[in-house]
Amino acid sequence: MSFLDYAPAPESQALLNLRSDYGLFINGEFVAGRGEPFQTINPATEKPIALIAHANTADVDAAVASARRAYDRTWSKLSGSDRGKYLFRIARLVQERARELAVAETLDNGKPIKESRDVDVPLVAAWFFYYAGWADKLDHAGVGPTPSSRGVAAQVIPWNFPLLMLAWKIAPALAAGNTVVLKPAETTSLTALLFAEILQQADLPAGVVNIVTGGRETGQALVGHPDVNLVAFTGSTGAGRAIARSVAGTDKKVILELGGKAANIVFDDAPIDQAIEGIVNGIFFNQGHVCCAGSRLLVQESIHDDVIDRLKQRLSTLRLGDPLDKNTDIGAINSADQLRRIRELTDIGEQEGGERWSPACVLPESGFWFAPTIFTNVSTSHRIARDEVFGPVLSVLTFRTPAEAIAKANNTPYGLSAGIWSEKGSRILAVADKLRAGVIWANTFNRFDPASPFGGYKESGYGREGGRHGLASYLKPASGRSAARTVAAAPAEASPELDAKAAVSRKKAAK
Amino acid sequence: MTRLAVPKTYKLYIGGKFPRSESGRVYEIRSHGGDFLANAAQASRKDARDAVVAARSALGGWAGATAYNRGQVLYRIAELLEGRRVQFIDEIVQTEGVTPAAASAQVDEAIDRWVWYAGWADKYVQVAGNANPVSGPYFNISVPEPTGVVAIIAPQSGGSLLGLVSAVAPALVAGNTVVVIANEKMPLSAVSLGEVLATSDVPGGVVNILTGSPAEMAPWLASHADVNAIDLVGAGELDWVHLQIDAAETLTRVLQPENGPDAASPSLARIVAFTETKTIWHTKGLI
Repeated sequence: MSFLDYAPAPESQALLNLRSDYGLFINGEFVAGRGEPFQTINPATEKPIALIAHANTADVDAAVASARRAYDRTWSKLSGSDRGKYLFRIARLVQERARELAVAETLDNGKPIKESRDVDVPLVAAWFFYYAGWADKLDHAGVGPTPSSRGVAAQVIPWNFPLLMLAWKIAPALAAGNTVVLKPAETTSLTALLFAEILQQADLPAGVVNIVTGGRETGQALVGHPDVNLVAFTGSTGAGRAIARSVAGTDKKVILELGGKAANIVFDDAPIDQAIEGIVNGIFFNQGHVCCAGSRLLVQESIHDDVIDRLKQRLSTLRLGDPLDKNTDIGAINSADQLRRIRELTDIGEQEGGERWSPACVLPESGFWFAPTIFTNVSTSHRIARDEVFGPVLSVLTFRTPAEAIAKANNTPYGLSAGIWSEKGSRILAVADKLRAGVIWANTFNRFDPASPFGGYKESGYGREGGRHGLASYLKPASGRSAARTVAAAPAEASPELDAKAAVSRKKAAK
Repeated sequence: MTRLAVPKTYKLYIGGKFPRSESGRVYEIRSHGGDFLANAAQASRKDARDAVVAARSALGGWAGATAYNRGQVLYRIAELLEGRRVQFIDEIVQTEGVTPAAASAQVDEAIDRWVWYAGWADKYVQVAGNANPVSGPYFNISVPEPTGVVAIIAPQSGGSLLGLVSAVAPALVAGNTVVVIANEKMPLSAVSLGEVLATSDVPGGVVNILTGSPAEMAPWLASHADVNAIDLVGAGELDWVHLQIDAAETLTRVLQPENGPDAASPSLARIVAFTETKTIWHTKGLI
């Protein structure tokens, strides 16, 4: 037994009290779905966890109607401070049931328990706590005085951070006074349904949050529903594009959080030990199932070999295996489909001339697994340097000058995030200015906070989540139909007669 | 005996130059009373693409200029417009058929709009951005930056000069560069504004003005992968839903049409609509 071999230390599932099947959460109650129910499985073992209801179009109609009713009759009439109190309650309930939620998340998603326990669930509570405090302070959200809510929000979230993405969507929506119909990802509905139980415990008025589970067509029915006022989507750029097309011509507000292909730039003056940790965290956190993952390592040529050697050493110490084990670093890939896509793209990476390397690593026999992988000798035209892999796969490119690093970093239709590693503050600020990305981490990576806006440039989507900006997305300025009405006293308000007079007097003055 | 006037050739404004349409096409502009005024250039899709190339090349310089500098350049437009107000009043009276007083009021408002937006250049970042109190040893700040190349369909009704200025000025504040399709029926003041811009320290390519048919050119701009945002403020009469669908292909940011006299009224939101928020995290050392 080497120093790297630890005895198994699995987190107990005893505190989890799951039902064998879950309905849709509509109007404050669990109801049967009218579609064919489907199994949600543990991606680490492929064993079924529970049967999940499938919402068809009629169910989506019912959920939207419920949200509309709750908006008209209850939620929009409630004071901001009361809305805030409900959100504070939810934050506290999440904290109380944190371990249970973390275990459920790891079971259903495959991510290591240390991540669901130490990152996802604490951030979920923090998100509700942060936005709870905003609910009675909307005048300061930056969209002018007495802004109004938008109405019913349709929210569709991905499978990589199931409960966290739910919090990112629901917390600001409710704080701003909207009601919600949320659709979790097909493979990760479980924690959203546990969250519905929390809403019952919080005694949130019926219909304020509705959760419809199902597949892609359920999401399409929700997004396309004529009675929703806002669409918030996190997922692939392809799906985001389809949503942007489908809402054309409507007055639905849209927030899109799409794909990424972030550059993580390491300069020769970087703090190398921290940079190595940052590179690992950047791409192997959550098995690389992160839209803002640092999937392209841009390393200055002079330190390339040293960085790669250290990176390989570090990767050799990562433990892959049972996600419930407290020592596990790399968990399971979320689904067979995703595993197939990762394999396909990495095969192409090899065919195109990339040099593939993975640490010696025993993969469990059942479940979906992919060893952490790095590709060196990658050039900008390679698919693995252009396409989002959404897995534990790092492509390494080199550069010589800051200008080259910037050009390569920006050479992508995406623009979600980027990393910069250097001990030189002036260099960091200059490079940060030039990067076309919505979130930039300097000497760190993959940090998230409810106070910090998150979102992309270019084809990584539009709108921001988190912080004051994330709140503003869910608000409408006080007057007028257009968003462009936030200035109270603008010169255009003057009447034509007054303007004509002013013109005359100016002429006189000119004489 | 009256002197025989020297009429102006109205051309496009692309990359700081005044070319004719590469297509060689022109269309007649007549006064409100039906008299011939000019042959305006009828820009083609290739002119529109050339304009996008010019706007893209000018982006780095304009976005990279200091906010103080951009503010001064925008203010300089107001100064020069003021100096040429008689010409603009004249053109507006002829093309729109309004009284000189109304034309004068329109020019005043257009000038004042440049002044108002000029003042925002070095302030909007302070209002639209902020520091973020994250839970950890990080310096964290969110700042708005220009979205990039903005295509604009100028208002097709109301004041021809004021509509154009109201749509173009806010996009310039943050450092975006612009390709604008002018009021189709009344494009003369747009071309004259190009002449003002060309002499106002506005770098060539920052504003590119196309005259001709919005219906013909807008689809090429909406689907152009190098256009980052499209303002459909004046596209109400076009098949703008299709333009929005085209724009979705590259997630181009879209502002929908506005109608009525309030279209593109001055607002901070119009500036912020053409920005992207960048959030920067930086570690703080432990001491």
